[in-house]
Amino acid sequence: MGVCVCVCVCVCVCVCVCVLMCVCVNGCVCVCVCACVRACVRVFTRHQVLRISAKDELQLSALRDLEALDHLQLDIWIGVRDVSTPVDIRVPAFSLSTVKSHLDYYEIQYSIMIRDLQVHDSIYNFQDMLVSENPNLVSKIVIGRSYEGRPINVLKFSTGGTSRPAIWLDTGIHSREWVTQASGTWFAKNIVDTYGKDQVLTAILDKMDIFLEIVTNPDGFAYTHSKNRMWRKTRKPNPGSSCVGVDPNRNWDAGFGGAGASSSPCSETYRGPSANSESEVKAIVDFVKSHGNMKAFVSIHAYSQMLLFPYGFTKSPARDHGELNELAKKAITNLASLYGTRYRYGSIINTIYQASGGTIDWTYDQGIKYSYTFELRDTGRYGFILPANQILPTAKETWLALMTIMDHSSRNSY
Amino acid sequence: MSPALMRVLRVVVLLSAVRGAPLATVTLPPVILEPVPLEPVPVPSEPVRVDSGADQNISIPINTEQQQQQQQVSLDVDVMLTGELNPNHYPARRAAQVVLHHLNTRYGSPYWWGALRQVHKATAEALGDSGRKYSLEVTLQDQISGTKETCTAEVVFPGGPAGGPPQVTTSYEGKSEINTQAQEEALYNQYNTSQNLLSGHNLPDSYGHVAPGMEPFWHLGGVASSFVMLKESSENTLYNMAQVVSVTQLATENNQLRFNYDVLLHEMVSQEIIHWKLLASWSPQEGVKASQMELLPKCHHCEPPQEH
Repeated sequence: MGVCVCVCVCVCVCVCVCVLMCVCVNGCVCVCVCACVRACVRVFTRHQVLRISAKDELQLSALRDLEALDHLQLDIWIGVRDVSTPVDIRVPAFSLSTVKSHLDYYEIQYSIMIRDLQVHDSIYNFQDMLVSENPNLVSKIVIGRSYEGRPINVLKFSTGGTSRPAIWLDTGIHSREWVTQASGTWFAKNIVDTYGKDQVLTAILDKMDIFLEIVTNPDGFAYTHSKNRMWRKTRKPNPGSSCVGVDPNRNWDAGFGGAGASSSPCSETYRGPSANSESEVKAIVDFVKSHGNMKAFVSIHAYSQMLLFPYGFTKSPARDHGELNELAKKAITNLASLYGTRYRYGSIINTIYQASGGTIDWTYDQGIKYSYTFELRDTGRYGFILPANQILPTAKETWLALMTIMDHSSRNSY
Repeated sequence: MSPALMRVLRVVVLLSAVRGAPLATVTLPPVILEPVPLEPVPVPSEPVRVDSGADQNISIPINTEQQQQQQQVSLDVDVMLTGELNPNHYPARRAAQVVLHHLNTRYGSPYWWGALRQVHKATAEALGDSGRKYSLEVTLQDQISGTKETCTAEVVFPGGPAGGPPQVTTSYEGKSEINTQAQEEALYNQYNTSQNLLSGHNLPDSYGHVAPGMEPFWHLGGVASSFVMLKESSENTLYNMAQVVSVTQLATENNQLRFNYDVLLHEMVSQEIIHWKLLASWSPQEGVKASQMELLPKCHHCEPPQEH
């Protein structure tokens, strides 16, 4: 039994974090399929996910023929393997009748696993899949509900212990910053893939837990797909106003009410009626407080290519300014080592603008020393609508910076 | 074996182990996965500059207390916003962005679209009632070819309640490296004689995609938007074009190709998405001009049609 040397380039129709699966069938034909994790799949109503069971080689062959038809834009979640393993395929609405006719012609049995797939469901499905495939490392915690009732999921990466010191990562708090949710998805997969292989990550996870919230603003995220690509805030209505939503990065209890946020519900930086008025924010606040042992907190945004630390609401330097500054410099040097991407760094208020009620000002004042905010690629050419081919490079280079921060936290307990 | 291939193989082996798929014996020539190419930001030949941050001028490690004292001193300077500025902090960056908008109005085209790459030096001085003046040394980069150039510039933000657009002068003398003339002539000729007037929308689309044939009109939209962004800029703004909502060609007039543009601008400080209409005219000889610039009100009830 040897090692299969077949390597596949993932041909995905959309923005994908590619999970390559290489299977050698019959010892002579290499069939490679891609399980795509989509962060931005095109939303047609009535996407369906079909679970297909081929009962013999003829039917398997018919399935492979189907996969080869690029114009159908099929997304294979679990690919053609053998007659005993079902195949899961996401079928866009416009291909449904073609696919079903094909299956019926060959009398291939199938069931409709998911009748009406929405895009954020894809990330939720991915999270569940990651947990079920890696039960000894990953678990999912629902820390609350969004305004519109969507679950707020956090993935916990842990090798054991009780209430170990922990690192928090969140992406997608501003829903239009799509590179961040996509990167968060990649981070999750990468942790699973490299634990046990990467010395530094393994050492971190042997001492600390990692919590990762990928879709921090799920209502906003859904809205950027259905109605307005540039939506930033939550989707909670504001009484007495026709304007919807609160800026979740101005809603924290740090300098709340001060300069650096707006008091107008129609503004993109509206702070909200009170601190923690947004359930998406309150969920994290409650979680962090009850956990009580967070040592690092990183909130990820886009765009501008910056690594920022407290404060945003005041010019007074953070007590740990020197150490945070030095660590930021190290982190962005490591980030740049991959593709030469240049980042600036510094306190929020110096580097970008004054902002009050911000996430990491609150976490820092809770005693979480290593509190950082990233602004990922790019610097304005594409802005919020970064193309698909930059997502993986962005995630990979950002991971180097995150590892720098996590490694430092792990070695410098306080 | 290349690092990229090693990484991929690790993934493959790990996944196979996780999924319980059997590994059979097959030998095929491996496909090397290259890192995904990105937009033209060339790896710098000089060491990467990392001297951002508040402690830029402090090169030796000193204890926190001392750093805080020095930080306090430099903060006092920042508050007054005059004299030597930290080139990586926002006051210098905002002024430098204005320089780029100015350069785009002068030198931009469907094949030259400038962006700010780095601020090297910046000072600010108060001019009494006349406003405030920034003196800058910046490196700019053409976003299309990646070519970089360094120049000096002065930006005056007028004082008084009337305000008015910033006034910019620079040492930049025009694109010297890349010759875009042939491309410009070809594009001009193609759309000057064409019976079908061009139209397009959502450049880029929600996924950052621009059809290759539409790229010059995305660039042109960015350049034309600089006319708006320049006149709207102050020390409290930082503008980028977020998206071309639509572009519609009109009949050529006075040898200028003409396009109605609908654009979304992103203003960083307020985080607002601001909708403008404008008329862009262009020829290789005359460059880009923008007129009939009109701000569209932010509509809170109506949703823009979403393309998928």
